[in-house]
Amino acid sequence: METILVSLGGGLMQAFEPLNFFMIVAGCLAGLFVGCMPGLGSVNGVAILLPITFLVPPTAAIIFLAALYYGAMYGGAISSITLGIPGASTAVATVFDGRPMAQQGKADKALMAAAIASFIGGTVSIILFTLFAPPLAIFALKFGPQEEFALMLLAFATFIGLGGDDIPKTIFSILLGLVMAAVGFDIISGQPRMIFFDMVEFQRGIGFLVLAIGIYGIGEMLWTLESTKGQIQMHKVSMTWARMKENFGEIKLYINSTWLGSFLGFFVGTLPAAGATPAALMSYGLSKTFSKDPDSYGKGNVAGVAAPEAANNAASTGSMLPMITLGIPGSPTTAILLGGMIIWGLRPGPLLFQESPEFVWGLIGSMYVANVVTVLLNLALIPVFIRVLAMPFTLLTPIIFVLCVLGVFATTDRMFDTWIMLFIGVVGYLMRKLNYPVAPAVLAIVLGPLAERSMRQSLISSQGDVTTFITRPISLTCVLLAVLLISYPLIQKVVRKRKAAAAG
Amino acid sequence: MTVRTAELLMGIATLVLSLGLMYNVWADGLRVDWVDGRGPGAGVWPFWLSLGMALASVATLYRWYSGATPESRSDAPYIDKDTLFLVAISAFAIFALLVMMTYIGTYLALMIFMFFFVRVLGRHSWGVTNSFVIGTPIFIYLLFEVALTKYLPKGLPFFEEGFLWIDNFRYEWFY
Repeated sequence: METILVSLGGGLMQAFEPLNFFMIVAGCLAGLFVGCMPGLGSVNGVAILLPITFLVPPTAAIIFLAALYYGAMYGGAISSITLGIPGASTAVATVFDGRPMAQQGKADKALMAAAIASFIGGTVSIILFTLFAPPLAIFALKFGPQEEFALMLLAFATFIGLGGDDIPKTIFSILLGLVMAAVGFDIISGQPRMIFFDMVEFQRGIGFLVLAIGIYGIGEMLWTLESTKGQIQMHKVSMTWARMKENFGEIKLYINSTWLGSFLGFFVGTLPAAGATPAALMSYGLSKTFSKDPDSYGKGNVAGVAAPEAANNAASTGSMLPMITLGIPGSPTTAILLGGMIIWGLRPGPLLFQESPEFVWGLIGSMYVANVVTVLLNLALIPVFIRVLAMPFTLLTPIIFVLCVLGVFATTDRMFDTWIMLFIGVVGYLMRKLNYPVAPAVLAIVLGPLAERSMRQSLISSQGDVTTFITRPISLTCVLLAVLLISYPLIQKVVRKRKAAAAG
Repeated sequence: MTVRTAELLMGIATLVLSLGLMYNVWADGLRVDWVDGRGPGAGVWPFWLSLGMALASVATLYRWYSGATPESRSDAPYIDKDTLFLVAISAFAIFALLVMMTYIGTYLALMIFMFFFVRVLGRHSWGVTNSFVIGTPIFIYLLFEVALTKYLPKGLPFFEEGFLWIDNFRYEWFY
């Protein structure tokens, strides 16, 4: 415990270094902006702005992106409440009660509750992160290639079992991401693979950022254009100091839901397929279940705003836990962060705590600071962000498209990749319209090279014996859990059929 | 085209893609089995995963045939007219931006791209249009070329040489 406190102290000192603190403020502001824009969320912001972070050292870069991630979670509530359009899927549950509150002229109360709940959710989750991360990293040092591969299998199985999407389409999405990661030279033999139409450009492979920006930049904007068609109706908000004080006094109305969302959000966030969206929805559902007045939910109950907001913030921190300690991202956003860490020359996983402690503790320290900075900026700038929300799509859309195109070009120095990005963006949009989930593909392209390497290393060391994955206890546990998760939807179906048969 | 038809076509397209990927591995002569002394062949990973993709596509087609997916039962239009216009015009604008970047360079292309979105599509005032048309290339130049030291495409030699005076000016005065 003492070591943790000393390291945390060092991390906090790092967070207050001028450049890092500036990055926290800039990241929080960018996150609030991205989060409050309909259709944009943390994942889009991180994907689009990642190339720009190569300007600063890795610690400052991750601090900026983590702060952006944080800010986006806060910002999502602004558009959910004032427009009735979630900034991102993570803020969908906030609309259920946030929108009715705005219609009743209580938008300020809802925004205040969202900010306070987000702050409590963020604080609880960062404390849990600080306590869990070091022991988990020490435990993960026992992992060999077998365990690494089994863990990745578990991550993919989580998408199949708990993702809630069409299973064959989810499997297709995962496998497509893994195959795309294999384009280029073979990591072991050096042989060229999947060089389509003999185009030499494919020899360098398809970078994860090309896929991520294609899907979350271009594809997401096309999706947003379709869903909003530029027609939005905003509710007015009057935020005064006196009203804020008055609203702060009503915290007792939603504190229980906030605690519930905070703890639930953190643990759900650590699951690879889960992340902030299901955490927020589950938190909303449970808060309603345990409420003394469940019928008021959906009609403007402030606890219905606080519960999902606490959960989505807590989940964003929770999803960083497996990324930092195991090298397995807990959400699409952390998948992109993980890819960024690889580009910065870092090796995510248990060794990160030993090899780059200043990086890890700098990040953890910055999360504490970012949480405070974001809540202050959020409350202070709500009127500004509401004005930003009125920005027409015909001004925002071209800027995002330009950042996508040039962000990809700046990362790879090849126009070829910008074409691939456009292709992936349009195809991703068309597939998403048919319920093909895109997040598993992004996770898969990031983890693809690691998964292939660990699988082949395991098989080489065992002379081709595939039982190597089930003869080691940790690996066996992961494989069993993966099998359980993959068969979970089938089990659910059978149970449902039996219940229906018994009832009928 | 209905959502139902679109799902069928997408299922066929993903199946063809998967088989094409498998063929690609085979055509490249990559080993898809165990290689003595070297472990799994270079084609193992992409080949068997592509097979998995093909099976997942077959499963989707079967579910479409049996009406198991909501999409397979939907006769709603896959893309309505308004959406098609918005999406097609956006995708085409980016396509045009990429083509123009190759031939006339990033900055002129950006100006035309911004003009199209802000003035033609958005019908904003000339003041707003001009600030975006001029401001965007300046911001991009400062961010990418000055701060990130990335050389963005300048187009054909004629345009590239024309642009060089800005770089020369910068180097003469600021370095």
